[in-house]
Amino acid sequence: MPPEQSKNTPEAPHRAEAKPRWAERLRALGPVLGLVLLCIVGTALNSDFATVDNAMNVLTRTAFIGIIAVGMCFVIISGGIDLSVGSMAALIAGSVIMFINWAAPATGSPVLAVVMGAVLAVVLGAVFGLAHGLLITKGRIEPFIVTLGTLGIFRAYLTYFADGGALTLDNDLSDLYAPVYYASLAGIPIPVWVFVIVAIIGGVILNRTAYGRYVQAIGSNEQVARYAAVDVDGVKIMTYVLLGVCVGIATLLYVPRLGSASPTTGILWELEAIAAVIVGGTALKGGAGSITGTVIGAILLSVISNILNLTSVISVYLNAAVQGFVIIIVAVLQRGRR
Amino acid sequence: MTNTTRHITRQITRRIALTAVAVATIALVSAPAFADEKVNLGVSIPAATHSFMGGINYWANQAKKDLEKAHKGLKITIKTAANAPEQANQLQDLSTVTKINALVVFPFESAALTKPVEQVKAKGVYVTVVDRGLTDPSAQDAYVAGDNTAFGRIPAEYIVKKLGGKGNVVALRGIATTLDNERMDAFNAVLKGSPDVKLLDAKYANWNRDDAFKVTQDYLTRFKDIDAIWAADDDMAVGVEKAIAQAKRTDIKIIFGGAGAKGAVKTIMDGSDPRIQADVSYSPKFIYDAIKLTAEARLKGEKLPATTIIPSVLITKDNAKDFYHPDSPF
Repeated sequence: MPPEQSKNTPEAPHRAEAKPRWAERLRALGPVLGLVLLCIVGTALNSDFATVDNAMNVLTRTAFIGIIAVGMCFVIISGGIDLSVGSMAALIAGSVIMFINWAAPATGSPVLAVVMGAVLAVVLGAVFGLAHGLLITKGRIEPFIVTLGTLGIFRAYLTYFADGGALTLDNDLSDLYAPVYYASLAGIPIPVWVFVIVAIIGGVILNRTAYGRYVQAIGSNEQVARYAAVDVDGVKIMTYVLLGVCVGIATLLYVPRLGSASPTTGILWELEAIAAVIVGGTALKGGAGSITGTVIGAILLSVISNILNLTSVISVYLNAAVQGFVIIIVAVLQRGRR
Repeated sequence: MTNTTRHITRQITRRIALTAVAVATIALVSAPAFADEKVNLGVSIPAATHSFMGGINYWANQAKKDLEKAHKGLKITIKTAANAPEQANQLQDLSTVTKINALVVFPFESAALTKPVEQVKAKGVYVTVVDRGLTDPSAQDAYVAGDNTAFGRIPAEYIVKKLGGKGNVVALRGIATTLDNERMDAFNAVLKGSPDVKLLDAKYANWNRDDAFKVTQDYLTRFKDIDAIWAADDDMAVGVEKAIAQAKRTDIKIIFGGAGAKGAVKTIMDGSDPRIQADVSYSPKFIYDAIKLTAEARLKGEKLPATTIIPSVLITKDNAKDFYHPDSPF
């Protein structure tokens, strides 16, 4: 890791503690400020923006990217990156659909088939993550290259399985599985609940466990972490497994939405997830980051496109530009407050 | 940049020299009739990145299977490319390594592939361009395409008629391309004739189910009264349906997709959704027709008409079975 990082090493003196905490808190306000401003703009442009239904739509939509971003947060804090998550989600979705379609008649129990399919999604995610982790640590290949490779591999296999078209859940099974995406608990859709739970667990692991400390230590200075007898390889592998599990969870929520997977499934999710993490105030070079920021970053990104859809003030040709401007402005807010 | 240009110029110079030699050789050797000469046909298409392209790939391979069986002197080589530069490279390979003498190409982009196709044609290869026209039509011998104007006009006419000339419509668009603009313009042109049918908005959903789902959700939040949704693609129509089901809205009377995917055609055949009773054809099967027309014409030493438009027609319950191809991925 770059030498200017050394100021973050564990040996930093005690008296500095109060100041960084302050700075950190202010920095974390950047994305929140951005989100609040966006919401004000959204309400001003269309009063339907501030309805519960719309808020639930946005949060449910954010759930996929948000859950993946929580996992991505760990990988990025540890100094890694994963470009393959969108393709991975697509391949897992396709595999799960094929599995459920096969298992329902084979086991005679559609419910069991769906449950096993959901478990399979998480297991596949963990296995793919483990493969990434092993290649990166034991194989000593740059994470960028490993995951760029699997980005192509995963999507190509999905396209191959789908024969270039779409893999679709059989109708009855699709109806049976649908509540996982469409149902609500206490007025809040299931995917939002799952998103909240994943985020809380992620936050606890990152901030309240030794493992979380190790992840941050490795991202901040890998050599020092090694000297401090941290099992660097093990911790790193685990970050990719965690991310894989998150992708698996996101996918098991995604499959019931449309009941299908096609070669366009999850396209560019990796960039959205990485953007959510970075917009949320995590440094791309690793070392420090926050789950709360990541969650807000993910919501912020989907609020932008929601507002654009709810108005026709701006030419549709410029939608992507608006997204770009907002991301940069939020980044500026963060820097200015540092 | 300049390096590439220089490189290309050098390549072109070399190619011109090669072509001169080739032409001379052909003039010497192949003086007799063209008729029973072998046709070595190259097919260059985009990779199967979405259902429609999956259909293109399926029908191209189907054409290879059927036609190679039917004609002894015919060899078909299919190449799929993930982007425009890769397609340009493959065109080079097809002409220099595979030594094709006929080409059916579905260009990724019009402008970027005009030069590469021109170079292949300059080598004496007979070129049929499919779907997306080149910016310079002299680079092609024949052009086979679907009818994008009808693709926009037919749904508009259907919606206007079904709504009795009065109602609210929202539309989804694909990806910003000339092809998408042609469809949208044709749609708007029809609506101009019936001022009581209002187009509330038209947003891009990238010919993608997920994006169509999100855009439709937001349309439903924004507009309390929608009579018809022009999804403009059968894939996008899937996302539209799910979003409507989730919002439990009953005001939408028509969902009009497009292209004639097997799922949509099946729905029309079975009459299983009262909102989906019609579709407009824009079948990826036109690649099959283009390959067949080109191969058979070249086997006889004939030429194709300069432009062949495969008509887009309204699919309803009466003719749906003609458009139902359960084995195709699309």
